[in-house]
Order: sequence, then structure tokens, then C-alpha cells
Amino acid sequence: MTGPGVAGQETGAYGAIPRKEDARFVRGQGTFVDDISLPGMLHGAILRSPLAHARIISVDASAALAHPKVEAVLTGADLAGRGLAWMPTLSADVQAVLATDKVRFQGQEVAFVVAQDRYAARDALELIAVEYEPLPPLIDARTALAQDAPLVRDDVPGRADNRVFDWNAGDKTATDAVFATAEVRVGCDMVYPRSHPAPLETCGIVAASDAVTGRLTVWSTSQAPHAHRTLYSVITGLPEHKIRIVSPDIGGGFGSKVPVYPGYLCAIVASMITGRPVKWVEDRSENLMSTAFARDYHMHGEIAATADGRILGVRARVLADHGAFNATAQPAKYPAGFFHIFTGSYDLQAAFCEVTGVYTNKAPGGVAYSCSFRVTEAVYLVERLVDLLARELGMDPAQLRMRNLLRPEQFPYTCPTGWQYDSGDYPRAFALALDLAGYQGLRREQAERRARGEYMGIGISFFTEGVGAGPRAHMDILGLGMADGADLRVHPTGKVVLAISVQTQGQGHETTFAQLVAHELGLTPDDVEVVHGDTDRTPFGLGTYGSRSTPVSGAAAVLAARKVRDRARLVAAATLELSPDDLEWLDGKWRVRGDPDRGAGIAEIAMAAHSSLELPDGVEGHLDASAVYNPPNLTFPFGAYICVTDVDPATGEVTVRRFIAVDDCGVRINPMIVEGQVHRGLADGIGMALMQAIAFDENGNCLGGSFMDYLLPTALECPSPELGATVTPSPHHPVGAKGIGESATVGSPPAVVNSVVDALAPFGVRHADMPLTPANVWRAIQGRPVRPDLAVS
Amino acid sequence: MKVTLTVNGTEYARDVEPRLLLIHLLRDELGLTGSHWGCDTSNCGACVVWLDDTPVKSCTVLAVMADGHRVLTVEGLANGASLDPVQQGFAHCHGLQCGFCTPGMMLTARWLLNNNPHPSSYQVREAISGQVCRCTGYENIVKAVLWAAEYEAGG
Ligand code: FES
Ligand code: FES
Repeated sequence: MTGPGVAGQETGAYGAIPRKEDARFVRGQGTFVDDISLPGMLHGAILRSPLAHARIISVDASAALAHPKVEAVLTGADLAGRGLAWMPTLSADVQAVLATDKVRFQGQEVAFVVAQDRYAARDALELIAVEYEPLPPLIDARTALAQDAPLVRDDVPGRADNRVFDWNAGDKTATDAVFATAEVRVGCDMVYPRSHPAPLETCGIVAASDAVTGRLTVWSTSQAPHAHRTLYSVITGLPEHKIRIVSPDIGGGFGSKVPVYPGYLCAIVASMITGRPVKWVEDRSENLMSTAFARDYHMHGEIAATADGRILGVRARVLADHGAFNATAQPAKYPAGFFHIFTGSYDLQAAFCEVTGVYTNKAPGGVAYSCSFRVTEAVYLVERLVDLLARELGMDPAQLRMRNLLRPEQFPYTCPTGWQYDSGDYPRAFALALDLAGYQGLRREQAERRARGEYMGIGISFFTEGVGAGPRAHMDILGLGMADGADLRVHPTGKVVLAISVQTQGQGHETTFAQLVAHELGLTPDDVEVVHGDTDRTPFGLGTYGSRSTPVSGAAAVLAARKVRDRARLVAAATLELSPDDLEWLDGKWRVRGDPDRGAGIAEIAMAAHSSLELPDGVEGHLDASAVYNPPNLTFPFGAYICVTDVDPATGEVTVRRFIAVDDCGVRINPMIVEGQVHRGLADGIGMALMQAIAFDENGNCLGGSFMDYLLPTALECPSPELGATVTPSPHHPVGAKGIGESATVGSPPAVVNSVVDALAPFGVRHADMPLTPANVWRAIQGRPVRPDLAVS
Repeated sequence: MKVTLTVNGTEYARDVEPRLLLIHLLRDELGLTGSHWGCDTSNCGACVVWLDDTPVKSCTVLAVMADGHRVLTVEGLANGASLDPVQQGFAHCHGLQCGFCTPGMMLTARWLLNNNPHPSSYQVREAISGQVCRCTGYENIVKAVLWAAEYEAGG
């Protein structure tokens, strides 16, 4: 392919430049939702269920209403009176806003208090009397489909069991045939435990309803402000043009700020009732116990191969715990997200997976935490299976992978479950990672250490993900196609304002998008102001998640810029009294062919476009342009990760000594930002593999409800990562870029687990489920099953 | 209860509830929203400020305990228009993404460099180990602090 931004050509405005947004953040001048304070603003707090499953007999808020600082209390009955006790989820289910009939998970929303300050609102929660009739809770997903399992969703007429969906992908017959004749078959049960994205800023909202104008303004922690606007309109009946959603600075999202949460709606209704702005910000335990969790997949995977290590097929059966409401956020057609990309990076003949989703008495969610719509679970499954196969065959896992990786000439490659991988050079990336790691030397060191009774592990993961949802023919959320718009205004002096539908939660859009546009127009990033996160000021689009900003919205920005450039050519030709064909775009200007010193840049052309210059027929004045980008396919970034660990067999403690990560996300607009994204994901992988899990006791009490119990990696657990890069441009993205935001979160957990299991090989350990806390590693060494509820140790 | 304290060189007097947390006094009463709140259990460090000359988690300090003391917040780090080297380091080394942990991280870093002008990367990691960043994996925070140390040493 050709054009600006393709590797090996001009670099223009691309490169590792410092971020524009940092000027305000390092001064403490960011504006996060909880920083917003409006005149007359009230504060909301939510009363939550202490029980996982119970019938509500009564809710008495009279004492709370008598509190001198309380302005209003909302209960489920109040919302039911307005038809708002239930709301649609992003997965064609409904979720209780405030419980009316039953509570279905610990931490579920029961009442909403509105008071003059945040402390009084909390005080008043204690004055609400709720009478519950406890019901047996359904906690273990594996028992959800048993005859005598408690029924979680008796609100749905006719529902007799806890099944959310049955779904499959691939060719069962062909896969079974491959397995029937394969020389080697290896299988394993594995659990990807429930975890939580836990961005440092919890969820919150300031809702301001204006009864006179009929307008509702919402500042909220939203990764998808336009989709939220549409949803609020559908739910409340307010006309959509009267709703404005502002996502100000967001303190991390990682997918957990995609859904609409009950607290948001309560604040909106409370503002309508009181006529005053209402703020609600959840505390950390509310965040961990009620907002979107991630994973919770019980998987059985199998891999088939020849005796000399050629992989032939994979198959998987999955039980997916969706909690009490099916509130996953992914394209509607795919109830298990993109899990069926579980064939990974390998050239194999057949694959089949079947996924059953079930309800349990736990918080809703499932698709969050930088998972690329469940590619996390898929990569974990296949990368563990490949390691198990290597063990079975007595082969080096690096050699086994290299033998089976897709070859460059196979791209574009259609995998057995139907994904078309756009581009890749897998052996090149893998060889680079092995080289950076000094792989052979590591294996020698491991042998020496083993001889001394020391337990060192080397874990490999090679991943492919599909990101940048998505082609509207296949992908929508609630009927909204996944295209994104971009508006570009070119001021007379050639300074530019780009308005985009996605917005940053830390990814640096204000910088990267300025670079994208500057690069196309021969400007500097400082010439481009990026407007985002305000539905009144930006075009429609579905938001930032699933690594879709650069693949989708970035493409829209580039296309808008190219429209500007094309129009500029006509205007430049008019000024120079030449034909447009006489001009070529070179080094950031339209220049006269054969006489490159003559020409004009965007600034001069913009002034001419706004002037009294007579323009050719059909050329409107000004240079403004807009574009909507409907991606033809996902982009398929990939990478090779190697994790080196040391395990203390006496304590079970794991130390991550080194992490080598080679990523290929196509063309890198700002490599510094790209690397920052990888750094974060590697920390996620260490966290998920070694310490993070949201577990429950048999009564449904959440055991991960605070940062005392839900352990996050600190600077001491995270090594200094060693990064490498290869660049294989996407053939269909306008500048050859692919998404990067989730790659390392997707790719790193299996590298860590493979490393720990490798370290424990002398003990005969074949597999151990995450989180590999000291207690669980110690249990694995003893040959006992791990226990997710031993996350805290 | 009456409380008088000096924040970033300015004296403030307020009448507060005894239970008011220092983080809420700073944010809600004084409008200094640069310090953040991120957890219920003193684990995250988004709220770190200095009380006199020591970093503290301001979610774990009652406002009244700051009576008669000096507080330094992120808003007081820069010297007018000129940024503290720690602030420069964070921007220069991409030591922040969402920016939510950043004020607390920078205040701890400033304290570290005041007490140990040439820290090793391990010492930087140790100093910030009571604080959580969910975005950076810490690598560039460490680099930022080391950059500031070098800058201050004239490097
Ligand atoms: S807010 Fe988390 S430690 Fe203070
Ligand atoms: S930069 Fe987001 S939490 Fe540290």
C-alpha cells in the first residue's frame, strides 16, 4: 500500500511526541466527574443489598426522609411508578435499576438517597429499613443448570431455568473428525476467574435537568457518550436532542465505563424530581461489587496434533457466568464476544467451540477489562493448550509454536471459525521476542537452576486479536452500527479543530488524533485541537473500547483530513491559475509538478478558501469536511510475549523477573503512547495471573470488595518490561494502523501462567488456575486443586 | 470544629464536622480538586498530599488533625509558571495516562528526591509502592522520577 503514514515512508507528524493533555494533569487541573460542582448541587448515595438472593418484603424510607438534610429518597416502587424500575442492558436483557421484587446479587441497588452533602446522604442510608426474605443463592455456575437450582430470573415470564444462551462457532463435524484420527489429543479444564477492571477513578455522574428548557445535561464517566445519550432517550422518553452527555477527564475505564449503571439513572431521575443538579459517585466497594466485572469463564479445551507436533484442531466447551442480568457489552450477534478467535495464531484444520451462558446471583457484566470482547479468554485457552501439548510431546514450547504459526504468505487468512486476519508476519515477531529474551540461554540457566533445586519458569504466549469493531453488516450494539464520525474545521489561518466521537480515558487521543490530522495536512500537532467527550460538540459514534479508537475513529479523522486536502487542491489550483492535475501533494504542500518550489500549504489555501477568490464551479468555499468510517474488517494486531519467573517452593511466592513483549500493531502513530499501552497491559497480566480475583463465599458474599481483598499489582510486583516491535501495516486501514489498547492485557496472562507452570514442572504440575497467589501455588505443589477464594493470602 | 491550616502557602479557616476527611476538606470545601480519592481502605494513594514535610494519605487524616499544619497539594508543586522537575519528568517520560494517580505519585516523588536525590529505580519503586496506578504499569513513573533526579543533579 502507499500513502502517508505507511512504515518506511515519510514520518511527518508521527512520532514519540509528549502528550498535549499532560499540561493540565501534571498541574492537578484535570476535570474529572467528581471535580464538578454546580450551584445547588445535591449528593446521591445508594442503599445496596447485603444479601445475594432475597425477596423484598418492604422498604420503609420514612426515617430517612425525615433527616433534615435529605431532599428525596427513591425506591424501586417510586421508579416503577415512572416505568423506570427496569432498564435495558446492552445485551437485550433488562436489569433492575432499583429492586422491586427481589435482590439478585450482593450489592444490588435498592434505594437512592438525595441529600445536601455526601456525608448526610451516607448517614441517611442507615435510616432506610428493608425487610428481606432470604432465598437460597446460586453461586457456583457449574450448578446453574441443575434441576433444583434456584431460579435467578423469575421476573421473566415463562423462564424455567438459568440459561442465558447457547451459542457455538466452527464446524463440529469436521473438528470431531480431526480429533477422532489425531495421534495426540490433550485436554484440560481451566477457569478464567472473575476479575474487575478497577480503574482508579470509580464511576460517577452529575445530572442536571432543566425543567424550563427541557434539557438534561449529564457529566459522567462514560466511554461511550453518544450511545449513552441514545440509551437515556430510549429509557426516559426524553427527546434525544434535549440530552447532552459530557465525558470530562476520565480516570481510566478499561471497559468498565461502557454500560449505563443504575446509579446514573437514579441521579437523572433525582435531578428531574428535585429540579437541582445531583451528583453520585460510587465508593470503591460499590465499584468492585456492582459495576462490570470481567471474565468468569469455565472452560474445557482440547487440542489435537500429530505425534511430531503439527497442530490439527482445537475445540472448547465453555460455561460463562453472566451474573444476575445479562449486561455484557459486545456486538449483539456475538453473545460470547469474539471468543471464537480461539484458534489463535496457528495454522490448523478445524475448530469448534460451544458456549453456554448462565445466570447466577452475582453482579452483572462479563465483557470488560481490556478484553477485546473475550479475546482474553480465547488466547488464554489456546496458549495454555499449546503449552500442555508441548509437555505431552516432550517438545520445547517455542519450537512447537514456531512450527505451527501462520506464515506471512497465508494472509489474508480465514481461520476455521470465520475471522479474516488482515495481515501478519508471525515468525518475524516471534523470532524477535526469542532473541530479545535470549531464549536458549534462559533454558540453559533454567536447567542449571533446576539442578540446584531452584524453580525458574519461562512462559511464552503468542496472541492474535481482532479489534476495531466493527463492520456494520455484522456488528451493532442495541441496533446501533459501529461506525464513527469525525468533523474537521479548518479556520481561515489554517488552524484546525477536529471533533471526534470517541474520547480518552488516558489513551492520549488529544495527541494521537492531532498527529493523524497534522500528518495528512502538512501541519504540526499543535495546529490541531481535538474536541471529544461532549455529544453537543462531536459527531455520532460508539465510543472508546475494544481498542477501536485508532482503527475506526482514527480512520474517520484521516478520511476527513483527506477530503480537506482534496478540496484544498482545487482551491490551490484556482489561486495558482492551474489545473488541479498540475499539482501534487509533496512534503505537506500542494506543489506544482516539476516546479516544487511553487505551491501552497493548508494555511495559505485555507485563507484563500475563505476569501473573495472566485472558486471553480462545484467547489464550495471553506475547507471544512466530515467523514463517517464504517470499517470493512477488524484489524488484527498480534504479539509474542515471554515471561520469566522465579518461584519459591516453600512459600509459593512468584517473582516476575523479566517480561519481554514484542507487539505488532501496524503503523504506530505515537510509539511512546503505544508502549505506554503495552506497559499497562503487562501489569494487568501480572495482576490477573498472580493476584486479582473477585471470589464469593457459598452465601454469595463478595470476597473481593475492597483493595484490601482485591489485590492490584504495585510498582514492586511489576518488572521493567523489555519491549520490541515489528510493523505489519493493516491493508485496509487508511494509514495501516491497528488497535493496541488491549493487546498486552489479552496476551500477557497466559505467558505468566505458562511461566509458573513451567517453573513447577519438576513437581509434576501440569496446570494451575489463576490467580496464582502464594497459597494457590503452594497448593499446586502439593497436588491439591487451587481455590479462587484463596485470592487473599 | 474550627480548623485553620495553610495549604500551598495560603491560610484557610473553616468550621467543619469533626469527621470530615482532609481529602474532602481540600476538594469540596477549598475547591482544590487536584488531589483525588480512589478507595475506601487507604490502599490507592490517589489522595496523597504532604502534611508539613511528609506525604500522607489525606483520606486517612481528619481535617481537624491538620489544624495548625501546612499542607502541600499538587496545585502547589509548580513555582508559578515554572513546573517542578518532577512534573516535567512525568510529562517528558509519559509517566501518566489518565492522570488520576499522578498528583499523589508526584508528591511522593518530590518527597523522595528531597530526601534521596539519587535514588535507584528500586528505591523509586519502593517509595511509590503504597500507591496504585492502573494505567502505566509504573515503568514510566519510575523513569519520570529518575529523569527529575538527573535533571536536578544538572544532568
Ligand atoms: S483514597 Fe485511596 S488511599 Fe486515600
Ligand atoms: S495514570 Fe491512570 S491511574 Fe495512573
